[in-house]
Amino acid sequence: MPHDAHDHDQPHSLLPSDPALRVKALETLLIGKGLVDPATLDEIIDTYQTKIGPQNGAEVVARAWSDDAFRDLLLKDATAAVSQMGFYGRQGEHIVAVQNTDSVHKLVVCTLCSCYPWPLLGIPPGWYKSDAYRARAVREPRKVLAEFGVTLPDHVAVRVWDSTSEIRYLVVPQRPAGTEGWSVDALAKLITRDAMIGTGLVAGPS
Amino acid sequence: MQAAPEPVFEQPWHAQLFALSVALHAQGLFSWPEWTKRFGARLKHNGANHALNGGDDYFTAWLETLEALLVERDPKDQQQLSDLHAAWTEAYLSTPHGSPVAIKIKK
Repeated sequence: MPHDAHDHDQPHSLLPSDPALRVKALETLLIGKGLVDPATLDEIIDTYQTKIGPQNGAEVVARAWSDDAFRDLLLKDATAAVSQMGFYGRQGEHIVAVQNTDSVHKLVVCTLCSCYPWPLLGIPPGWYKSDAYRARAVREPRKVLAEFGVTLPDHVAVRVWDSTSEIRYLVVPQRPAGTEGWSVDALAKLITRDAMIGTGLVAGPS
Repeated sequence: MQAAPEPVFEQPWHAQLFALSVALHAQGLFSWPEWTKRFGARLKHNGANHALNGGDDYFTAWLETLEALLVERDPKDQQQLSDLHAAWTEAYLSTPHGSPVAIKIKK
């Protein structure tokens, strides 16, 4: 946390920012009322910091690339497909997988706030939550993609999917050339978070 | 908008606020559709005059949404939150640097 330079003449603890104090007040109030339990809060933070993240989504995509029956189920009923792999729960109630093709590239945004498939990708990055991305992804998706280093040929259309609290999208990126015969684990290592939001492409072996 | 590696939560208070909200949702205090409606409206309101960043601006809107929701559910919370904010401020200012900071909770 950024704070003023340490001052040894200052006898008291550094005062946290106003929002940090307001969160402490909320926490004290809600624990006092018995509505939340401190151990549960620690567990939630630990889960999202260490256990749930884009590695889950990468596993799903790598399997879809390797197993046609799974890919068909994923595209038909993603919630059921990923539940089979143990990925369900908060903000994963209704996931829809959209597949990139040679002619259409998919890009995901939440114009309302920051809806996102938590069980597969974890907590969204700062840029996904920014007004700039939320507004511009719809208005000028090609320009936004270019800023992420993604330049698509003119014949590839860009389609933007707007997430809501009811539907959260996962992009199934295209499998790169040169990965024939690779294991699911090896494939998963190539797949980035941005590729599953649509702001990146999966690079093949160099 | 570069995708450099970044921590899951930029600030400890972002993480605490997120965890509190997830825990309250699990208790049934609100549904996600209700949350996104309120939170989306707050983001829109706060972003009317300047583009919000996805860090402090975003979580400040989140904090305001949660505070407003709680106070709406139980109006007594307003005064209690204000008292607790003052108590935590006082505790930080009166606790020697390096010692754990705690407040006394009045019933």
